[in-house]
Amino acid sequence: MVEMNMIQALNSALDIQLKNDDSVVIFGEDVGFFGGVFRVTDTLQQKYGKHRVFDSPLAEGGIAATAFGMGINGLRPVVEIQFADYIFPAYDQIVNEISKIRYRSGGEFSTPITFRTPAGGGIKGGNHHSQSPEAQFTHTPGIKVVYCSNPNNAKGLLTAAIESNDPVIFFEPKRCYRGPFYGDPHNVPTWAGHPKSEVPEDYYKIELGKADIVQEGSECTVIAWGAMVHVAEKGIKESGISCELIDLQTLIPFDKDTIVNSIQKTGRCVIVHEAPKTSGFGAEISASIQERCFYSLESPITRVTGWDTPFPHSTEWDYLPSPERIATAIKNTIEE
Amino acid sequence: MSDEDKANKSTPFRVGTPPARPGEKPTFSSWDFQPEDLKKLDPLKCTSKDTEKHAYGLLRVLNDSNEAKGEWDPKLDPDILRKGLEYMMKLRIFDDRMMKMQRTGKLSFYMRSLGEEAIAIAQTMALEEQDWIFPSYRQPGAQFVRGRDMVSMICHCIGNELDNVKGRQMPVHYTYKEGRFISISSPVGTQFSQAVGVAMASAYKGTDEVTITWLGDGTSAQGDYHYGLNFASAFKPPVILNVVNNQWAISTHSNLATGGVNFASRGLSYDIPCFRVDGNDFLALYSITKWAAERCRAGLGPTHIEIYTYRAGAHSSSDDPSRYRPGDEAEFWPGGDPVERLKMHLIKIGEWDEKRDKELTEKIDSEVMAAYKEAVKYGDLANGPFPPASTIFSDVYEEIPWHIQEQREELGK
Repeated sequence: MVEMNMIQALNSALDIQLKNDDSVVIFGEDVGFFGGVFRVTDTLQQKYGKHRVFDSPLAEGGIAATAFGMGINGLRPVVEIQFADYIFPAYDQIVNEISKIRYRSGGEFSTPITFRTPAGGGIKGGNHHSQSPEAQFTHTPGIKVVYCSNPNNAKGLLTAAIESNDPVIFFEPKRCYRGPFYGDPHNVPTWAGHPKSEVPEDYYKIELGKADIVQEGSECTVIAWGAMVHVAEKGIKESGISCELIDLQTLIPFDKDTIVNSIQKTGRCVIVHEAPKTSGFGAEISASIQERCFYSLESPITRVTGWDTPFPHSTEWDYLPSPERIATAIKNTIEE
Repeated sequence: MSDEDKANKSTPFRVGTPPARPGEKPTFSSWDFQPEDLKKLDPLKCTSKDTEKHAYGLLRVLNDSNEAKGEWDPKLDPDILRKGLEYMMKLRIFDDRMMKMQRTGKLSFYMRSLGEEAIAIAQTMALEEQDWIFPSYRQPGAQFVRGRDMVSMICHCIGNELDNVKGRQMPVHYTYKEGRFISISSPVGTQFSQAVGVAMASAYKGTDEVTITWLGDGTSAQGDYHYGLNFASAFKPPVILNVVNNQWAISTHSNLATGGVNFASRGLSYDIPCFRVDGNDFLALYSITKWAAERCRAGLGPTHIEIYTYRAGAHSSSDDPSRYRPGDEAEFWPGGDPVERLKMHLIKIGEWDEKRDKELTEKIDSEVMAAYKEAVKYGDLANGPFPPASTIFSDVYEEIPWHIQEQREELGK
């Protein structure tokens, strides 16, 4: 085990994939010589060559389409969409093409692309450098959706995503690249000393579709993903209530069993995500819980989410779920 | 002032108009272009700038008397020409039969290649077996060249239990991996930029594969056309990028698709060699494709081709072109009919005659009928059998995840 921040962990996963599999190529905006605006692909071009890690023209639709073609012709492209907010020019290629090619060709063709994309708020990114558009993809059959939250799972999940023969959208909470985020913009620690900053140096994989139980508890289940895992951890602490915290990690397909087992134990549930509430993935989790464990529930399922508005700039701390809002939701759930 | 300019005086901004509307006389001017106009360029030395005349002119081999002339004559063996003629006749007869089946309710939908048969057939014949075909819905003819069985094609169109697409796509959305013919998608133009990726992968792996793709004049308005050209320009992979300008995108004439001069020349600013070619001239299509493939295989990258033709039929079985263009417009197309032109050329050089033509027509006709009868043994559209309902749930992912498995169990089939 080596201590890494999330950027180093992601870089390590990419490095090992490039080394182990000649069919892996990385491309996207600024990922080559420069190593990416967040430095995730730093030094990889220098190490593996310009044909394996390269800059593309600034066109996400073209990046996705090119990756599609490479994927059906035997390569395993790992592309970076510089901000998740900019994935929408590629939306047609992802929704109508990449996610459907296996189906529409009767299984003759498939394209194992991984889209890495920094997502989420907390960096004063305003409308268009802060969104967390996972629900726009969880509603698209044929694509897997993964959301890492710490260096350890970033490396393990990215490895699994690249090795998956299905296309994967891999969200990276950019607020957590250099440290966990507990909801306090004035006090942002680094990953140093955090247990999840311990990352295997060699090849390492976390199976897709498995959630991580961050902490066990008995009174309420809190489900979160991405940066909200850490905010939820703080919220739980503030509530003073024994909560089981589940980091979902993979949204499609999500780990139903871990959720069901936990709800059967606690009987209560709070779901936290930073994307807008309406039609957010929390709604899917909530519906699924009431379908599967209605008789275990002792109070209504609660969601703590971003508001149904565009993502703001200077007021983003009132937009993002805070530890206080989460603590209040947990307490209300108990008092119901 | 042209008629169009005058017409535009009545609107606050330009709204392109077609040459003629229903009830008006088709107004195609005759072509000044002749096969001797354009020099053959050295594929291994040519730059995009050298192709300016070729982008604004019209590359032809067959002249108005159906004689092969000029430097671009590929001088093909008559056996190859007869094979090309046979594939084109086969496609036309196949299309006619399928359209009849659609009219009698045996197919849900159909799209013919009428008037455009030479394109995919000549171009695929000019390529090698290892080359990738990335078609739109108007290039199914490539499958004949690659040896696909008609029974299998019809089973797809019906969506019966032998449909290799497993009843998931509308008719004419073929996939034929064995023939390196990549699955057709309904969203127009997506294949164009994807083809660049296919070609980049071929180059990456060090193979000598070439990828060819097509889209229409209307579709060239899509971002994917421009993504494709620009990525091809930036990475120079072995890809042949064709814009089939058949004048009409359903009811939208190419004058509305762009205000530009033509489609071919657009590639010049991307530093890609550009050609405009007579799309009803089998020999010209063969010749330019061979030329482009040679460039690709030498590592010199893409070629951009506007294929100038006319969509002689309706867009699809759901379309009625007499509502937006003169019903007899196709007869006035200066490029004539591609099947007829190749046939007349072969007759002219003493390699074909009307008797053989009639015999071949009858032979193909009976083959198509026999293929249809064979195909419906595996299910027709009204009665099935169709692919099992379980195929709804497979191939979404490599393995069926729990949530889809649960839904399959809910359906109970």
